[in-house]
Amino acid sequence: MLSLILILSGCGKSSYESITAVGSTAVQPLVEQAASKYDLEHDNTYINVQGGGSGTGLSQIQQGAVDIGSSDLYAEQKKGIDASKLVDHRICAVGMVPIVNKEVKVKNLTLTQLKDIFSGKIKNWKEVGGQNLDITIVNRADGSGTRTAFANDVMGDTEFASSQEQDSTGTVRQIVKNTDGAISYVSMPYLDNNTKPLKVNGVKATVENVQSNAWPIWSYEHLYTKGEPKGLTKKFLAYLMTDEVQNKIVKEMKYVPIKDMQYEKDANNKLIKK
Amino acid sequence: MFNAKVKDKIATGIIYTLSGIIVIILASLLLYILGSGLRYVNWDFLTSTSSDFSKGSGVGVQLFNSFYLLVISMLISIPISVSSGIYLSEYAGKSKIVNVIRISIEVLSSLPSIVVGLFGFLVFVIYFHMGFSILSGALTLTVFNLPILTRSVEDSLKAVPGSQREAGLSLGLSKWETVIHVIIPSALPGIITGMVLGAGRIFGEAAALIYTAGQSAPPLEFSNFNIFSPTNPLNLMRPAETLAVHIWKVNSEGLVANADQVSAGSSAILIIAVLIFNLLARYIGNKVYKKITGGE
Amino acid sequence: MKDTIRESLTQRSKSAKLETRGKIISLSFTAVIVILVISIIGFVAAKGSLIFIKDGVNPFDFLTHTTWKPNTLDANGHPIIGAAPMIVGSFVVTLFAAIIATPFAIAAAVYMTEISSKWGKKILQPVIELLVGIPSVVYGFIGLTVVVPFVKDVAGGSGLGVLSGAFVLFVMILPTITSMTVDALKAVPRNYREASLALGATRWQTTSKVVLRAATPGILTAIIFGMSRAFGEALAVQMVIGNAMLMPTSLVSPSSTLTSVLTMNMGNSVQGSTSNNALWSLALILLLMSLIFNTVTRAIAKRGEF
Repeated sequence: MLSLILILSGCGKSSYESITAVGSTAVQPLVEQAASKYDLEHDNTYINVQGGGSGTGLSQIQQGAVDIGSSDLYAEQKKGIDASKLVDHRICAVGMVPIVNKEVKVKNLTLTQLKDIFSGKIKNWKEVGGQNLDITIVNRADGSGTRTAFANDVMGDTEFASSQEQDSTGTVRQIVKNTDGAISYVSMPYLDNNTKPLKVNGVKATVENVQSNAWPIWSYEHLYTKGEPKGLTKKFLAYLMTDEVQNKIVKEMKYVPIKDMQYEKDANNKLIKK
Repeated sequence: MFNAKVKDKIATGIIYTLSGIIVIILASLLLYILGSGLRYVNWDFLTSTSSDFSKGSGVGVQLFNSFYLLVISMLISIPISVSSGIYLSEYAGKSKIVNVIRISIEVLSSLPSIVVGLFGFLVFVIYFHMGFSILSGALTLTVFNLPILTRSVEDSLKAVPGSQREAGLSLGLSKWETVIHVIIPSALPGIITGMVLGAGRIFGEAAALIYTAGQSAPPLEFSNFNIFSPTNPLNLMRPAETLAVHIWKVNSEGLVANADQVSAGSSAILIIAVLIFNLLARYIGNKVYKKITGGE
Repeated sequence: MKDTIRESLTQRSKSAKLETRGKIISLSFTAVIVILVISIIGFVAAKGSLIFIKDGVNPFDFLTHTTWKPNTLDANGHPIIGAAPMIVGSFVVTLFAAIIATPFAIAAAVYMTEISSKWGKKILQPVIELLVGIPSVVYGFIGLTVVVPFVKDVAGGSGLGVLSGAFVLFVMILPTITSMTVDALKAVPRNYREASLALGATRWQTTSKVVLRAATPGILTAIIFGMSRAFGEALAVQMVIGNAMLMPTSLVSPSSTLTSVLTMNMGNSVQGSTSNNALWSLALILLLMSLIFNTVTRAIAKRGEF
């Protein structure tokens, strides 16, 4: 039986061109959308897009088990990954937005206030101009791309207070919607009208403000390959950078096209003007 | 002090109340799922393909995947479980080794599904390079299925009276022949019931499949006869998101515009499928039983 | 010329060959199962012990400390990994679920076997069987939309926590415990009941003093089996427990279980890294617990044999 399995899996690979992309759930919908469009336009190709999380994406690509490993953070920022063997393809940027329960009266927070809330220093909404209501922090899973980006841009060296954590964006939104005084953060494509996005330093979270870095909380979506990409991987990565994808799918889903970015962040989170 | 009769009345009352509460909980659970889901279920929902971003998604592919995965894993697990059921009930006896085997099966049945899923991920998906595929998923489900099926086969075989075995042997049949021609046919109703119920359980399994059969469902073309193409429905190496995994994914990511409807509708479909499995188990069990016993 | 009679007598008959072949086949498939179990156990044990061997975490600290920060090193250069909050969370949730579920399960089983087997068979049994098949995702989803808001209104807090987890698990393990209790009650010989009734005992006296007592080992097995299911349940619990790696301070404070931490963080960690190894050690605890549950049921079964 085992040999039959091996034969089947062997054959499965050779007769058409197929690649697998695994990793970040934040960028999965975007890549999936682009992949199905690419498959429609090209015969005998198949791009298999899976989630699994940034950690899975990076460790799979490091082992060479997949063709593309997607991640919300730089490979350098992840422990246990040898970034020198991987080639980074940044396909877009994405903003992270603090969201609160709709009953919360606060509309705007400074970056410092935001940090103090998530580090547990500010415990009640009245300390930041809201009503007398305890703040409930809903953090994201440790090691997830969204949390790392938020930690880099908001928290700096300060540690998060211990609080409840959720992995999936859907559950985060559901909990913030149902819990009085709850605050969390999601990436921009996941904003919906069940929760209230906050302004930071008086700036609204929009694609334009991310481009100019007026909205300071953002990171890249990375697609990593092991060594330089070849064949279908190379073609697909090139396709992702075309205007057709960047100006349509990327923008529609509220990601930020990479070439519109006026600033750059390196692996140490240092900001560079382009 | 209450006398015995009053106590009896009170106890009976409590039992009625608690049983009643169970029925109410279970019934409202079912009604809630069906009530909030059934209105989204229509022909289009059942057959159209899902899309993760735009509106109007259906679950046709996921539904097919669920059934296909079930069939494949049953094809793998039935021969194994029937054989070992036969061994345990007819040949094994009571030695230390047999004890180890029994403990193994029990341990296998009590493993948390998430542990089995991670095992499947590292072994089938990565080590054997099967990738996120139906095959990886089916093998992982087999790990789940084996203890349940083996147990039910063994129990059904054991329930066959010893006199039948003796009759077979006294006719000059070997033990194996007795098992194949006498014991198995009369144990068949029990075996089939166990299998259909096991099928219902793995139909709704999600935790073990997320990392093995994958979370994406390429659109299928039923006119595609190239078995190696990912759009061929029968290709074993294509990724296959099942209905249960779809519910999990839609809920946890929530980028689909009509996520609530999709998950409510899919839940309703799952419940109905499990209901059908149960009814089928009863029906086939009765039918086969009648056929074999020659009764009405 | 061939001596066919001689040949047929000295050679092994067809059916004897078949017999051997059958035995070998059935034995070898059984071996497949055993190998499978051994490889799963070996595999999880190997992965789960890395954190102690490679990263030098003290197993005692692992079980008793309450801070979980795999990426931070303590004064001795070992990662800070205290799994106590998750272990306590798992046990508390499981115990509560079992405590709530047991009276219901016993009542339903008594109803089905001692009072009205006809109605029991017609209504309770099918519904209970149906519930076994409801996927845990669906339970989690209903938990989040129905149970959590309910707990929030009644008990306060955010609703996410041990209590919601226990409620969801209660419904999930109820069918398992009930159907196994029914089997246990059915196994009590009929003449026990008849003897008791003939002595003039009421139905409740018979049930409580004779039937339930005789079936106690079976009922205990049912409860422990249910608990082992609750202990290993992942997706549904993760959605309602809140996933805060803190010691549960009250029934409505967000906490976490072994499985919820495992499912939530596995995808975000890199294979072979410290945080990944730490997660596998949680899987190892889950495995050990299911072995312990197993041993306990076997011990009960042994003592309870008539």
